[in-house]
Amino acid sequence: MKFDEVREHFPIFKKLDAEKVVYLDNASTTQKPYEVINAVMDFYENHCSNVHRGVYRLGEEATEMFNHSRENIGKFIGAKDREIVFLRNTTEALNLLAYSLGSRLKEGDEIILSNSEHHSNIVPWQMLKERKKVRLKFINSRHDQPITPEDLSPLISGNTKIVSLTECSNILGNINDIKPISKIAHDAGAVMIVDGAQSVPHMPVNVKEMDCDFLAFSGHKMLGPSGIGCLYGKEESLEDLPPFMGGGEMIRTVTKENFTCEDIPIKFEAGTPNIEGAIGFSAAIDFLRNLGMSNVRNHEKDLISYTLKKEEESNIRDLISYGTRNIEKRAGIYAFNIGEIPKFDKENIISENISVKVHAIHPHDLSSLADKTYGVELRSGHHCAMPMTEDLGVSATTRASYYVYNTREDVEKLFDAISASIKRFGF
Amino acid sequence: MTADEYINSEILDEHFRTPRNFGRIPEHDVEIIETNPTCGDTIVLDMKFKGEILVDIKYITRGCSISTAAASILSENLMGKTRDEIEHTSKEEVLANLGLKLGPARERCALISYDAAQKGIKKHFKTV
Ligand SMILES: Cc1ncc(COP(=O)(O)O)c(C=O)c1O
Repeated sequence: MKFDEVREHFPIFKKLDAEKVVYLDNASTTQKPYEVINAVMDFYENHCSNVHRGVYRLGEEATEMFNHSRENIGKFIGAKDREIVFLRNTTEALNLLAYSLGSRLKEGDEIILSNSEHHSNIVPWQMLKERKKVRLKFINSRHDQPITPEDLSPLISGNTKIVSLTECSNILGNINDIKPISKIAHDAGAVMIVDGAQSVPHMPVNVKEMDCDFLAFSGHKMLGPSGIGCLYGKEESLEDLPPFMGGGEMIRTVTKENFTCEDIPIKFEAGTPNIEGAIGFSAAIDFLRNLGMSNVRNHEKDLISYTLKKEEESNIRDLISYGTRNIEKRAGIYAFNIGEIPKFDKENIISENISVKVHAIHPHDLSSLADKTYGVELRSGHHCAMPMTEDLGVSATTRASYYVYNTREDVEKLFDAISASIKRFGF
Repeated sequence: MTADEYINSEILDEHFRTPRNFGRIPEHDVEIIETNPTCGDTIVLDMKFKGEILVDIKYITRGCSISTAAASILSENLMGKTRDEIEHTSKEEVLANLGLKLGPARERCALISYDAAQKGIKKHFKTV
């Protein structure tokens, strides 16, 4: 499949194109192709049944389809099917790790995160901190540079037990090279966890090559249904990990006193799983594999370089953008501001006796206007990355994020919309 | 909210560009800090009472046009009102005063000052 044919596979573009709407919030969630919609519908229409249970035909069909999906998704990232746990999303996967890995930690143990993490890779660890008195340490990287092994090394200590980092920031678009970071973590005897929510959908990812212990990602951010995501874990690591939720499916035997666990990965899948979600996710994987992940990466590289070029050419006064400008290390994510509204600092504001006039357009106004004037759908706010937003020194940013169906024309509309908004605000 | 409404709203423009009662009340009776979780925008709202009457209300914010304009309009409307009248002001009235049809995300922008004022009443009269 070529990229100029991609849009035809997505029914929603009939509507969006007719309404002249440009969807640029793909870091948040993505549109679904017929292939995914049909796979889910086919399950409902022809195979609907629970998995792992019935020995009747329908049950066996459903189980086979479910198992095949697991194997297919595993292959996509270089993992065995036993190493893929089906969960709701990245957030649930990271919570599972904080709970199950966390149950073995003790007071004073250290976990290293970074300032560019999504809240889902911060809050579960903060909750663990409350339970176990562990210490959280943060790599404070600059917005215009990916995280390097040199950023990690000084934070490593004899107490480092976990390093949990994103492979790609959902606000900056910076791509972190995990392999050398993982080596440092492992040399220190720590577990390496990777948040792959923004990398697995957008670039070739191989867990064996990057040598992480765990990787979390979400189906809905890569053309699949929402409510289905995966936790990859190295076979030995998963086997060693205590279970998370208890209930049906995840057990071998249950007596009034006790239970024994099912083997991995089912050990971590309590209750009826999202069967149709897994099947839809697998169809999304086929779609992406058909496009080729290197091609997906190159397509987005083209869109982000075109964006940065348009930004330079446009000469829009007060346009500030964030993230590395090294295209090789930059995903299709563009966070920016028209003038910066400083983060709200009560003490400062009171002492400065501030006037209401800030030479900036608030991101909420910008995205509302972009939507109203040019149908360009952008996200504004902190993008679930408040610590990074704060480190940028701003109260919010506006973000465009691309995927396989976006085009250079969409980038042009983005800049038209920015210009129109500026005019509206009389800059 | 239609494009025209948003782009041409005079009331929005007027109150956003010259917000009324912007600032602080040094000898306030209550101070409420309220944050909009979707964007992290914050408002500091000060209230001063004489008995049951709100005699002064001021705020500072660096929010979007809608949250700033809504705070401005709200401050004008609440000034001089009694505790009872303020408690009985509804969200719908606040949104109607702004004169824009808003989606759920932007409604939160418009209501952050309202939420702060209601909390201020509760705090001052210790109903919580
Ligand atoms: C980097 C990153 N991590 C984690 C998440 C959370 O994903 P989900 O909401 O699917 O759990 C997101 C989603 O925005 C993300 O961008």
